[in-house]
Amino acid sequence: MASEPLIRFREVTKEFSRPDGKGTFVAVNRLSFEIEKGEIVAVLGKTGCGKSTMFNLLAGLIEPTSGMLDITGHDPFKEFDFFRGKIGIVFQNDRLMPWRSAIDNVVLGLEILDVKREQAEVVAQRWLARLGLSGHEHDYPHALSGGMRQRVSIARAFAVEPEILLCDEPFSSLDEMTARDLRAEFVRLVKQSNKTAVFITHHINEAMEIGDRILVFHRPARIAFEARMDREAGAEQRKTIEDKILKVLSIDMPAAIAPGVES
Amino acid sequence: MTFNPRVRQFFQASAGTLVLVAAWQIASYFFPHYLFPPVQDIFARTVRILVTWPELSQVLETAGRIFAGLTGAFILGSLLAIPIGRYPRIESYITPFLVFLQGIPALSWVIVAIIWFHGTEFRILFIMVITTLPAFTFQLLDSYRSMSKDLFEMTMSFRPSGWKLFRVLIVPTIVPGILTAWKINLGNAARVVVVAELVGATGGVGYELLRQQQLFDMAGALAWTIQLVLFVLVVQQVIVMIEKWLLRYRPISERAA
Ligand SMILES: Nc1ncnc2c1ncn2[C@@H]1O[C@H](COP(=O)(O)OP(=O)(O)OP(=O)(O)O)[C@@H](O)[C@H]1O
Ligand SMILES: [Mg+2]
Repeated sequence: MASEPLIRFREVTKEFSRPDGKGTFVAVNRLSFEIEKGEIVAVLGKTGCGKSTMFNLLAGLIEPTSGMLDITGHDPFKEFDFFRGKIGIVFQNDRLMPWRSAIDNVVLGLEILDVKREQAEVVAQRWLARLGLSGHEHDYPHALSGGMRQRVSIARAFAVEPEILLCDEPFSSLDEMTARDLRAEFVRLVKQSNKTAVFITHHINEAMEIGDRILVFHRPARIAFEARMDREAGAEQRKTIEDKILKVLSIDMPAAIAPGVES
Repeated sequence: MTFNPRVRQFFQASAGTLVLVAAWQIASYFFPHYLFPPVQDIFARTVRILVTWPELSQVLETAGRIFAGLTGAFILGSLLAIPIGRYPRIESYITPFLVFLQGIPALSWVIVAIIWFHGTEFRILFIMVITTLPAFTFQLLDSYRSMSKDLFEMTMSFRPSGWKLFRVLIVPTIVPGILTAWKINLGNAARVVVVAELVGATGGVGYELLRQQQLFDMAGALAWTIQLVLFVLVVQQVIVMIEKWLLRYRPISERAA
């Protein structure tokens, strides 16, 4: 691919001030990578390595301490209005509004985009049906199972037809069978509409099932290993990559003893 | 024997009142009636107020003053609470002021209102608003702060305009708090209004209470007081019904029944 990358991190660092006010904590350290349009990138790393922090930077929810990051040449933190309707996010927990029915939750993003009510409902209805939730449109979240709620939240992110999808361990609280179905569905949806996706996980299998490319993070968020996945690859080839990832992950030190991250 | 749970609830709720009524009735046998009028007299007076238009209209007049005051305090309270909620730095300027207001007795406001303003209705409105404003503001602020950070970030991920954010997230978040605030402040306002009506009102429950005192009419004084209590009960029931309807999305634990 010779085109301009869609997402660009250049030496991005994010520091948090410590609660006791003594110094700072580096969660992301001079992170650089690029993502092309149409790619699904899986980000893998041990707990606490800074995946969610990178995710929040990408989503424009927090601002980098230093470095540059842009999506199609725009700053996701500063250019708040520019990205309206362009980024869809699926969070680790469903984050449904308890006072809205399933369909009204899916309508939320469209409502923010000023789509007409009837039209928004048609779109929401279609997404719910696609995710196997027909018949539950008017249920309130408390009456849905965890898996159904997570599917509603996926429908909510897809319904605005964003160019970019960001997912932070969206399936980690689901049983393996449901998660597997949703993963397959997710890849199909992204590929079908030629979207770009960043998918955070700490399961190697999930990363390999979903990603066109896998980035393995070490603490504090920096790329320790990168692998391109071929969906047609044989078992042999996959095994080699899996072993390699396992090895890289195992040498990432646990948070408590990692040196040189506090400044 | 099994009772309809609503009937049972009603009896449980009235038990305390019934004991009080009985004690009063016994007292009326031993003391002169100008001190403890018999219950049937009080009841008859209460009913008479309700069915005699010139008297009922005074109850409604007072009710109108309560509503006007609460509405004013609610609007002002929202105007204060929302900026404080959004920009916490403002809080250190406004909160001490509100706490200070909260400490001032209603009677002091009566005097201030008489000296500052002319029209009776405006004086009453002023007193009602200023006495219920701090509580309203604090309650609205609390409910604003109870907003879920998760839902906030989720909503922000769609990058709404300020107005959309207000409509889709802030309003639904604070509605339960608003209803609670109304319920609480209604009781406060009903107590303050009779004091406020001393600023020269020529009608209303406070005015009537003052008259009963001059006539030394205990049954009358109680009957007018009961009007206010009934008013608060009825409006509170209405709010509870609105609450049930608006918050119908909430799951109910089967244990809670
Ligand atoms: N707002 C914050 N203030 C201070 N420190 C933070 C903040 N957010 C994250 N951190 C720290 O940054 C580090 C990385 O956190 P992050 O949530 O990005 O990890 P993660 O890779 O997503 O972990 P997990 O897989 O468990 O979700 C952690 O050590 C965490 O304590
Ligand atoms: Mg995380």
